[in-house]
Amino acid sequence: MSDSIAIELCDVVKRFGDVVAVDHVNLQIRDGEFFSLLGPSGCGKTSTLRMIAGFELPTAGSILIHGREMGITPPHLRPVNTVFQSYALFPHMTVAQNVAFGLEMRKTPKAEIARQVKEALELVRLSGLEDRRPRQLSGGQQQRVALARALVNHPEVLLLDEPLGALDQKLRKEMQLELKSLQARVGITFVFVTHDQEEALTMSDRIAVMNKGKLLQVGTPTEIYERPNCRFVADFIGETNFIDGVVIGRDGNYTVLETPEGLRLRGLAARPLSDGTAVTYSIRPEKVRLLAPNGELPPNGLAGTVMTVNYIGSDTRITVRINDQRTIDIWEQNTRSTLDRDEYWQPGEAAVIVCPPDNALVLSE
Amino acid sequence: MATIQQQQQRRDRIRLALLLTPGLLWLLLFFALPLVIIFLYSFMTNDALGRVVYEPTLNNYITIFTQSLYVNAYWRSIWTSVLTTVICLLIGYPLAVFIARSPQQWRMPLLMLILIPFWTNFLVRIYAWQIILANNGIINSFLEIIGIGRLTLLNTEGATLIGLIYGELPFMVLPLYAAIDRFDFTLMEAAADLGANKVQAFLRIMLPMTMPGIVAGSVLVFIPTLGQFVVSELLGGAKVDYLGNLIQRLFLRANPINWPLGSAMAVLMMLVLLVLIMMYFRVTSEEER
Amino acid sequence: MIKTAPATTASARIRGAFSEGRLTWSGLALTVFSILVYLFLYVPIVILVIFSFTRDEFGVRWTGFTFDWYIRLFNNPRMMGAAWNTLVVATVSTIVSTIIGTLLAMAMERYRFRGRNAIEGLIYLPIVVPEIVMAVALLAFSAIIFDVIRMVTGEVLRRNLATVTIGHIAFSISFVVVVVRTSLKNFDRRLEEAAADLGADSWNIFWRITFPLILPGIIGGALLAFTLSLDDFIISLFLSGPGTSLLPVEVYNRVRRAITPEINAISTLMLILSMALVALSQVLQRRR
Ligand SMILES: Nc1ncnc2c1ncn2[C@@H]1O[C@H](COP(=O)(O)OP(=O)(O)OP(=O)(O)O)[C@@H](O)[C@H]1O
Ligand SMILES: [Mg+2]
Repeated sequence: MSDSIAIELCDVVKRFGDVVAVDHVNLQIRDGEFFSLLGPSGCGKTSTLRMIAGFELPTAGSILIHGREMGITPPHLRPVNTVFQSYALFPHMTVAQNVAFGLEMRKTPKAEIARQVKEALELVRLSGLEDRRPRQLSGGQQQRVALARALVNHPEVLLLDEPLGALDQKLRKEMQLELKSLQARVGITFVFVTHDQEEALTMSDRIAVMNKGKLLQVGTPTEIYERPNCRFVADFIGETNFIDGVVIGRDGNYTVLETPEGLRLRGLAARPLSDGTAVTYSIRPEKVRLLAPNGELPPNGLAGTVMTVNYIGSDTRITVRINDQRTIDIWEQNTRSTLDRDEYWQPGEAAVIVCPPDNALVLSE
Repeated sequence: MATIQQQQQRRDRIRLALLLTPGLLWLLLFFALPLVIIFLYSFMTNDALGRVVYEPTLNNYITIFTQSLYVNAYWRSIWTSVLTTVICLLIGYPLAVFIARSPQQWRMPLLMLILIPFWTNFLVRIYAWQIILANNGIINSFLEIIGIGRLTLLNTEGATLIGLIYGELPFMVLPLYAAIDRFDFTLMEAAADLGANKVQAFLRIMLPMTMPGIVAGSVLVFIPTLGQFVVSELLGGAKVDYLGNLIQRLFLRANPINWPLGSAMAVLMMLVLLVLIMMYFRVTSEEER
Repeated sequence: MIKTAPATTASARIRGAFSEGRLTWSGLALTVFSILVYLFLYVPIVILVIFSFTRDEFGVRWTGFTFDWYIRLFNNPRMMGAAWNTLVVATVSTIVSTIIGTLLAMAMERYRFRGRNAIEGLIYLPIVVPEIVMAVALLAFSAIIFDVIRMVTGEVLRRNLATVTIGHIAFSISFVVVVVRTSLKNFDRRLEEAAADLGADSWNIFWRITFPLILPGIIGGALLAFTLSLDDFIISLFLSGPGTSLLPVEVYNRVRRAITPEINAISTLMLILSMALVALSQVLQRRR
């Protein structure tokens, strides 16, 4: 993976009337990477993608593709191709004609077109369906045609707007793997829009999380999951426990906070925070440890009572009440095979929660 | 940034102008302007040779409102149009229900049978009734055979009405069908389930929900009927005057022709329709609320 | 023109009650009534066709089969001239109104601009204005134009095929706009974006994507315009000049005097043409 930049967004703003769809976004997407734009509905993912493709022009800011300023370059002159959410296959053309369209537009010689179309259809495993119309294909097959139609042009960047959104769960999982391996084979930069965090985590080299038009965090799936930089990202990706409090000092590498009830907790902060800053303590349920009480509280420990215990096979999910206002979720992996109920926690039991400070985050805002 | 948008806007504006200009020009020049002209003509007078004299006057309107020839023609035309519309509705509604509720594979052919007269020359279809109603035509031949003897069928107002209903019925059925086909008949079951009898269910549920079709069909039937002159001439024998007959005569055949008076009649006919169309919009917008 | 919406399963079941043989008295009454209405619609047409083959010189009773009236018709230069005129007017009017109407439909469907509502009104007005009003208005207008031309150039013009054609175009445009707009509304604009994305410029987008996909609508509009022009009588009567009469006007003038089997014959031919046009429009619609 080279380090050159495929796409760069500089301070890009997009307004639709009063709505700010994209709000001062700065972003660099590297060559050959599988890059995901992740965020809830309406956060500006599609708008961002459409500006890269050239269907919309930024209200302010600039977009560069391989260092070239795009300005008002119309879509048909940009070195990118798009796979649309609803595929947008041309209904009056056959599969082969759909795939050939981009090459014809570039006045590729006929024989060459035939060869490349065949190759592209082989790539997406659709050989033999050349003469079908889009209407005669299943959702998954249409999806593949849309992919082939874009890839056959060898774009510098492939833009995909929730391409798996219309597929059922099983097909979706299949296509995720296939898309990922396809990307590895062709080596083209993929910019993939999704609102499904699991999808983004499994497929991407890097993820950008957006909310309300703003870019919140860019990083590898591990970084995004393990070191979210704000409450929204921690909440949006996976499950987590939040405890509000204010910073009261530092302890070595850790930042110390105090909750309104007077509980003191330590965790990692992304940057130094001055005392008195309102913060949120975040710890993932699988990182919390649950111990039997033995007199005194361990460091970063909280006393509580087990409320509910749900056995879900791989894990046991436990909710512990630590005081009148607050409960904490804990997921314990079932590492041992047993039918003995006593091996599991029981509702009503007293317990001690430990939040290892290296696994807990102190998030500002 | 401003220049990007300006460029795009300018390109869009040029395209829009190219798309709009031919149609707009045509409609303004050959539709709107002529209407303005007859509106102006309706305030002019006429000389003995039938030429328009450019002297502003209200005489044409006074004539229309005072001379019984014209007043009667207005009432006759409006009354006949109402009658035709109502009868077409009474025939068309059950027919549209029948088509909409027949088995899927029959619906298209049944609808086609309505479409064919819809696309067929009106004059030809009216003319067909001349053959049927003629003094020595098939109905009279039949009446003779069974011993009733010949009746005068052609050149009566009844013949005019039959012709109008026959001619306009397809225009009523098609919009009605479109509305009724969209209607979900399970709603009638729901109404019955809630204790409504068939008449109540029809009046409270089906009628309001198919109202757009009723209104559209009625407008489509009423407008041409109000201005017709062919049917009353071919089947009614031009014995009594309808609006259309008078206007046609004033413009083409009268001696002398009188375009200003004819224009005033046309303007008043438009006025009647305008009132109706405004009532239509009032009804439909209340419907939506 | 009318599309059948797919029936919901529930209403399909109710409709099915008919075929399942559960005929109620009201259902029976409705069926009988509808058959009678269909008879009412078709018996006159059938009689007209039959009586175009009768030997009876008044064409109102059956006295034996003959093909004479058709032969006479084809040898009648006046009638054939009128038929030719009608076809010419309909063809020109269809071509012009389809082009103009399609452009107008594109403008109305694709752009938001000031005065759009007013233009919308102007487009729909010809559909609701009674034809006779439009006819006399155009007659008055043409007279004024001819007067102006006579005063300026001294040339004396009379109403001719061109005046009729102009009138036919004026009312056909609106119908074309309505039909083409429907197909533009159903057109998925993302297909145009997809084409642009694949490197097509606006010329290629229009001719390779938009046009082929709205073509059924344009053809539908053209067929409607053609039929309207063929069938039009009122505007043709007012705007055609002496010696340039159109078929419906010719038929009208003859019918006002007397019924003749020759008129039955020409009417039958016009009927067949109309049916062919309906069939054509239906076939095109199915293909969509
Ligand atoms: N053409 C437009 N006109 C007006 N507002 C728009 C337009 N396109 C997008 N918006 C607004 O901009 C915001 C961002 O929209 P966008 O489509 O980019 O969101 P998204 O992240 O793709 O959402 P989703 O996951 O639902 O597709 C939304 O509030 C939307 O309503
Ligand atoms: Mg989107």
